[in-house]
Amino acid sequence: MLHIVNKSATERSTLESCLRMATKGSAVLLIEDAVYAATNGNAAAAKIQAAAADLKIYALGPDLAAWPGACWTESMSWITAVLWIWSQSTATVSLGCNLN
Amino acid sequence: MPMVDIAGKDYEVDEEGYLVDLSQWNEDVAKYMAVEEKVELTDSHWEVVNFLREYYAEYQIAPAVRVLTKAIGKKLGAEKGNNKYLYELFPYGPAKQACKIAGLPKPTGCI
Amino acid sequence: MSDMDEMEDGSGIVKKFMFLNRKAPHGTVYALEGLEVVLITAAFDQDVSMVFTDDGIYQLMKGIDTKGIEVKDFSRTYRALEGYDIEKLYVDQASLDARGLTEDDLIVDVTVLSVDEMANLMAEQDVVISF
Repeated sequence: MLHIVNKSATERSTLESCLRMATKGSAVLLIEDAVYAATNGNAAAAKIQAAAADLKIYALGPDLAAWPGACWTESMSWITAVLWIWSQSTATVSLGCNLN
Repeated sequence: MPMVDIAGKDYEVDEEGYLVDLSQWNEDVAKYMAVEEKVELTDSHWEVVNFLREYYAEYQIAPAVRVLTKAIGKKLGAEKGNNKYLYELFPYGPAKQACKIAGLPKPTGCI
Repeated sequence: MSDMDEMEDGSGIVKKFMFLNRKAPHGTVYALEGLEVVLITAAFDQDVSMVFTDDGIYQLMKGIDTKGIEVKDFSRTYRALEGYDIEKLYVDQASLDARGLTEDDLIVDVTVLSVDEMANLMAEQDVVISF
């Protein structure tokens, strides 16, 4: 199952709910304001990192780029950035674009 | 939105005639807008137009007239940074007319 | 021109306006619209303070690049506020901490306030508008 979250974890509880419901091996894709949660030092980052043991965590590249990437360090390697997901209306996830 | 033909190319403008896509701006557009506004472009006009484009590139907004006046004074000298000088160049409002010629949106809080 | 006359008559009244920015910049239109309201308020020579708290702090991040998401990067507009005589910018310390950020991560000079200081500042205002 692919879960897509677009709300900031420091404003709403959608990410937390999602992590609670997501079954082992599922993918969670963070887009729009949800990408803030995956930045170093954000109060929600630890929760996602813990969840990354059982889930595959992705974040949308262009949304991450809008967030100045001072945080992207080796310690964030549990997350994979996705360059672009939507091809027309079909949600296909193009995987494996690691951050550099 | 309406389209206008300038030197053989189509440009989209809003209902008040401001260029919609800032990146399409060029000198032909400026000259066309100036004719629309009944402004005859001189070097002094271009100085203000170019100043506005630089301001927009830096801050992503078109300045209110008060802010424009002050900023021009700082950059081009006190003799140009006053309402009299700018209204002589752009009688129907320096922010409004000069912004249009510079291809910028209408200033926020524009009077 | 009666509206103008009324404005002239009321020109001596200066109220303390606080604009509270609480939302991340690009997910909703609140931040951009709020900024427009602030710029308009400035034209009426009012005493304007801007406060950035919660996710609103993300509006002030240095180095934002919005090309990929095709929205306007209005973070640079905060640097124009000085020209509009809006110089009172405040940031909530606890909100910075919760996001692993410091003053150095921000695009403009701000005053960082504790919760108590922020509460006092808010209590002094005539009008508080929240975005």
